[in-house]
Amino acid sequence: MIHLRDVTYFYPRATVPALAGLSLDVPAGQFCAVIGANGAGKSTLCYTLAGFVPHFYRGKLTGQVEVAGVDVPAASLAAIAGQVGLVFANPFNQITGARFTVREEIAFGLENLGVPLDEMRARIDDILSFAKLTELAERSPFALSGGQQQRLAIASVLVMRPPLVVLDEPTSQLDPIGSKEVFAVLRDLAATDEATVVLAEQKLEWVAVFADRVIVLHEGRIVADGPPGDVLASGDLTQYGLQPTRYTQAARAALAAGLRRDSAELPVTLEEAVEYFK
Amino acid sequence: MKNAQRPTPNATPAGPMPITVEDVSFTYPSGTHALRGVSLRIAPGEAMAIVGENGAGKTTLVKHLNGLLKPSQGRVLVGDWDTREHSVAKTAARVGYVFQNPDDQIVERTVGDEVGFGPKQLGRTEAERAADVAAALALVELSDYAKTHPYDLTTAQRKLVTLASVLAMRTPILIFDEPTMGQDARGLALIGGIVERLKGEGRTVLTITHDIDFCAAHFGRVVVMADGQVLADGAAADVLARAELLATTNVEPPQLVRLAQALRLPRAALTVDGFVETLQGSRGAGGQG
Repeated sequence: MIHLRDVTYFYPRATVPALAGLSLDVPAGQFCAVIGANGAGKSTLCYTLAGFVPHFYRGKLTGQVEVAGVDVPAASLAAIAGQVGLVFANPFNQITGARFTVREEIAFGLENLGVPLDEMRARIDDILSFAKLTELAERSPFALSGGQQQRLAIASVLVMRPPLVVLDEPTSQLDPIGSKEVFAVLRDLAATDEATVVLAEQKLEWVAVFADRVIVLHEGRIVADGPPGDVLASGDLTQYGLQPTRYTQAARAALAAGLRRDSAELPVTLEEAVEYFK
Repeated sequence: MKNAQRPTPNATPAGPMPITVEDVSFTYPSGTHALRGVSLRIAPGEAMAIVGENGAGKTTLVKHLNGLLKPSQGRVLVGDWDTREHSVAKTAARVGYVFQNPDDQIVERTVGDEVGFGPKQLGRTEAERAADVAAALALVELSDYAKTHPYDLTTAQRKLVTLASVLAMRTPILIFDEPTMGQDARGLALIGGIVERLKGEGRTVLTITHDIDFCAAHFGRVVVMADGQVLADGAAADVLARAELLATTNVEPPQLVRLAQALRLPRAALTVDGFVETLQGSRGAGGQG
């Protein structure tokens, strides 16, 4: 689904590359989480997969970027948009401002895709209910709370059912259980092969539970890549500006205090921690 | 805060500054009942977090504390001031508020001017302002960016700029609306350190947060909101252990509390050190783990 080879990218006027010789292959149906400190290149990677780099941001892109069979640098944004849905970190950047209600906002993408009216209505009702926005459907998008706007931004992308869904910290304003629910939905989308999911995130507990694969970015490069259990328990995590989950921290502290002597794998999730400390 | 008003001299008040929220209800012009009979007393020097689901009324409540919103019913006192009787600009000298979205707050063209905006409104001299700006930018580790346009920074950095803007005003009360949003580990440690420092100075620090682990690490009192009402209010260690109650407003206990509960430990600690101590204690008493 994703094929990146030696991708290097400079924003206009930048002297340091935002992506530096990055290669990445993601098969269809995978839920791949991208983590890293601020400035590591997470958003830039998201923009590159969705064609905003280089088509919107300009700058200098070298290397090969192929997404869903589309040669991204060569294709038009319209051609890419049919294959990739991007959820921005800040919902203010997503909401069109051209629609008066939440329902119309969600319809916007479907109208542009030319989806028949009956199907459009059914898909909108489904996604409103999933995003817990049914009761707010007739409200202005700008009269929603921050978290509600973020759910709207996610809903208006998912309703288009793109083969590749790219999300840049989509849960930063969501309440804790709401965040977890978004992760679960993304896991289900990938697990049923309805979509391939690339998610830039800071919430490592839910990355650990739900993602198939975790990539660590640092200064525009991939410095770790593997199953969540391996990547998130690694001692290198802090040097890349990431904080391990409290489960991993507690296990390390227990080891240091001599409460555990064995070299069992360190836990990254609640379930693993319960097993570890039992 | 965007409307520049006349400078308010001698605005920084001395002495303790409690906040009293008395049976406050608030209805937006759209008809949304955002607060329904909220009462709270916040003592000077308290560190209090407000948690709860999206749309629970958290931001509406804190906007009452600096007078941005006035109650439809009930009243809010900041010190001896009723917020209805004083302008937002005057109340801002007592209560600093960092917006959830930094782009709602930023008005100036350089980071330095942005951070100096509040002290200027308070009528401080140029020399005082320069000192305030330098100190605040040092705290958020953005001293090198004083001449930068705020929109040339990342969102996470802009959030730190708005934090500095409020720190520069040296208010006795500070409110941080989702301070950790979009921050990485370094940003989290930085903001946690600032909260601890303010607590050490005896200032009142209030936050709205969805980051329950951050909340557990730094805030001694937790208020849980749902549907415009206060569901629970008490010591963090007690409130954050009430999993069923928290779930009704889409919140889960902190990771360490969930772990302690799953292991049936006698006590649910809020810090890694506390967790290890509890583990040590229970194993010492029980013989084996």
